[in-house]
Amino acid sequence: MADTLKPRDEADVVEAVAWALVEEKTLEIVGQGSKRLIGRAAQTDLTLDLSGISGVTLYEPEELILSAKAGTPIAEIERLLADKNQELAFEPMDCGPLLGGETGRGTLGGVIAANLSGPRRPKAGAARDHTLGVHAVSGRAERFKSGGRVVKNVTGYDLSKLVAGSWGTLAVMTDLTVKVLPRAEDVTTVLVLGLDDARANAAMTAAMGSSCDVSGAAHLPARIAAKSAVAALAKAGRGVTALRLEGIPASIAYRRKQLEKLMRPFGRLTALGREDSLRLWRAVRDAAPFADGSLRALWRVSTAATAGATVAGKIVAATGAEVFYDWAGGLVWVEMPTAIAEENAVRAALGGNGHALLIRADASVRASAAAFEPQDDALAALTRRVKESFDPSGILNPGRMWAGV
Amino acid sequence: MVAMPAADEAVLARRAAIVAALRAIVPGEGVIETEAEMRPYESDGLTAYRQLPMVVVLPQTTDEVSKILRYCHREGVKVVPRGAGTSLSGGALPLADGVLLGLAKFNRILEIDYDNRVVVAQPGVTNLGVTHAVEAAGFYYAPDPSSQIACTIGGNVAENSGGVHCLKYGMTSNNVLGVELVLMTGEVVRIGGKHLDCGGYDLLALVCGSEGLLGVVTEVTVRILKKAEGARAALVGFPTSEAAGDCVAKIIAAGIIPSGMEMMDKPAIHASEAYAHAGYPLDVEALLIVELDGPEAEVDSLLARVSAIAKESGSTTLRASTSEEERLRFWAGRKAAFPAVGRISPDYYCMDGTIPRARLPEVLARIRALSQQYDLRVANVFHAGDGNLHPLILYDANKGDELERAEKFGADILRCCVEVGGVLTGEHGVGVEKRDLMPTMFSKEDLDQQQRVKCAFDDKGLLNPGKVFPTLHRCAELGRMHVRAGKLPFPDIPRF
Repeated sequence: MADTLKPRDEADVVEAVAWALVEEKTLEIVGQGSKRLIGRAAQTDLTLDLSGISGVTLYEPEELILSAKAGTPIAEIERLLADKNQELAFEPMDCGPLLGGETGRGTLGGVIAANLSGPRRPKAGAARDHTLGVHAVSGRAERFKSGGRVVKNVTGYDLSKLVAGSWGTLAVMTDLTVKVLPRAEDVTTVLVLGLDDARANAAMTAAMGSSCDVSGAAHLPARIAAKSAVAALAKAGRGVTALRLEGIPASIAYRRKQLEKLMRPFGRLTALGREDSLRLWRAVRDAAPFADGSLRALWRVSTAATAGATVAGKIVAATGAEVFYDWAGGLVWVEMPTAIAEENAVRAALGGNGHALLIRADASVRASAAAFEPQDDALAALTRRVKESFDPSGILNPGRMWAGV
Repeated sequence: MVAMPAADEAVLARRAAIVAALRAIVPGEGVIETEAEMRPYESDGLTAYRQLPMVVVLPQTTDEVSKILRYCHREGVKVVPRGAGTSLSGGALPLADGVLLGLAKFNRILEIDYDNRVVVAQPGVTNLGVTHAVEAAGFYYAPDPSSQIACTIGGNVAENSGGVHCLKYGMTSNNVLGVELVLMTGEVVRIGGKHLDCGGYDLLALVCGSEGLLGVVTEVTVRILKKAEGARAALVGFPTSEAAGDCVAKIIAAGIIPSGMEMMDKPAIHASEAYAHAGYPLDVEALLIVELDGPEAEVDSLLARVSAIAKESGSTTLRASTSEEERLRFWAGRKAAFPAVGRISPDYYCMDGTIPRARLPEVLARIRALSQQYDLRVANVFHAGDGNLHPLILYDANKGDELERAEKFGADILRCCVEVGGVLTGEHGVGVEKRDLMPTMFSKEDLDQQQRVKCAFDDKGLLNPGKVFPTLHRCAELGRMHVRAGKLPFPDIPRF
């Protein structure tokens, strides 16, 4: 077990990184560690635990912004926002149950560093789109900031959005400012029953291309739907395609009629009210159908929305995997039958049109598989140069994304 | 005036050879070298700055761009990329010893994919051209800078352009899914595509708003949106800008995100009304345009809520559009605010700071005081929803030191924006215009880190130098580490 450093503030982080630089020690950067098992397993000398750098420092609902220290629990932030009927619109995923951990864990820094966004991603943008500013310590042990506390800002390079999704390999974030948005007053879900994957993909494409302002489009094949905690899905006995409508009640009522008209040719329709909708979309967000305590290899595949069913079909044919779809088909969750990652089958099916991330696998698989999408030579070289521009000695989460980065 | 890097005489001495090499890459009329023909390229939307380039080259293919950049990288020749040249911050200002690389010939839309709701376009396609290509099917491209009829999608990527609808629909960075980018070495990289998110570092986020300093974009994939079923706008007049600002805060606090929310002060209202005849009330100190989009039931319901909030905030007039023509007329006044102000003053200087909205009253008071101090009039238009201010400083370049005073006035406004927690530029870019103000917002460490990222893309600093960064450093110098002797953190930092 590696030693852990637990800095109390930004100054401690600078000290710790400076020390690691001189001593040639590598650091694993963690918040609460809820996403620690995602991706590549890398060896580090010490753990830098940011959970002590915590607290919301600024929340101005009417300015739509919130600033907090990196180790602030995401649950604390979500509670605070809920009190003002606001939320993080990108729907941060709760990775706990999927990886055998508790629910409700995770920090703001971790959520932004992983840039994993939920069902509203196609409409509302990713975690990175809601990242307005960061303060961070680079692998050179230098503090820097980027962005600011206003939504509209083009002053200098947007390093905040670059650091988002860099899995702690570029810098140690210490403070973040994110955009927050009003929570929808109401939510309804239109369900289309009995579609196969290809037909469901087509239905979701039609729904997203309409003026109905669909804020979530997922398809759960029959075996996946059967596992749902929502009775309407569990008892459906067939595939369920779910389309979410959010907004004020008058608007939802109108759009629901429009959407049902559009979906009727596809299959039998039913709908979920508010509570069931919230439950279903939380489950979709967290890939709950695959959170059964197993260590079967699990992939999160992002591709063009219309390609979802085709890509998934190829993977299933080659491996016997189970899948379900979010983002109107653009996000495919793929669970392999065993702990074997089958990365070649996944990459081959994707054919470079998107990217796949190994979300869950046992340690030996994570140590050997390419967990992040491989890059061509020019992009890989550019990626390495960007890494070196922040962390020339490679001490921050080295190898977390790719070997040598 | 901001000084540009001194021209490299050795490069200028090789001009004939450089022109010949470019001609070998781009045949025919694609290389422009006579003074008369280069004249149209001497400045962009920041017309106070002018400089003829060494040579202009207008490639037509990614391969040509790659060869040009590879050649210039090998020969140590600077390159300034240019779209339509509508930058308001001098981003496309040529360099005397630089090649001006125009992307005007990259003017084709390559693919329209309605099912995935994306358009793949060459960078020289205009912003409005993207919307025009898809509007028959009921789609549009959301970011809408006022120059959208002329500005190009590649330029929008370089500047991370905004517009009046980015409160609800985001800036360019939130609407671009992929780019093909040619690095200064000539290497071609593809980032993103029709799928969402990057599989690795989010280099897209870096490229958006990089002001042509990181690479040359040769293809852009943008997301398009289905048009809302309807939209209505309301003109709301207030006796003070404080009351208008209060109304904006209350609308957002009520959970309403309008598709547009713009504010104008009295001088801007009067100038616009005289020019565009949009029907603006003239007896108010501040005017809000609030637009709501969606199905009729939603728009009407939210408009009623906005009206109630406006009354509560002390509005004196409120008129909601009752037809599409009327809605567009309301906007016509706002969108024509810049040229309208251009009619009441020989020259104007447009600023672009963003502030936390709650600080608006004190910033406006400060601008009024500065207006007296510098003895120059000012008109304010304001993207009220997202706090992006556009003070227009009126001056006459032919009168004594008015330009100099206008520049100082503008710099003071931007310093004030930073002081209250805002930023130097919300959507126009740093360019040359705000370059030397960067240290008011960023420390040396901040700027050094940005420049190290620049080095990862452009190791010789040949792409658009003299823009964005006030001080040029060599990459080797920036890369050097100055690490203090190791001090064990263990005595101080809890360890377990």
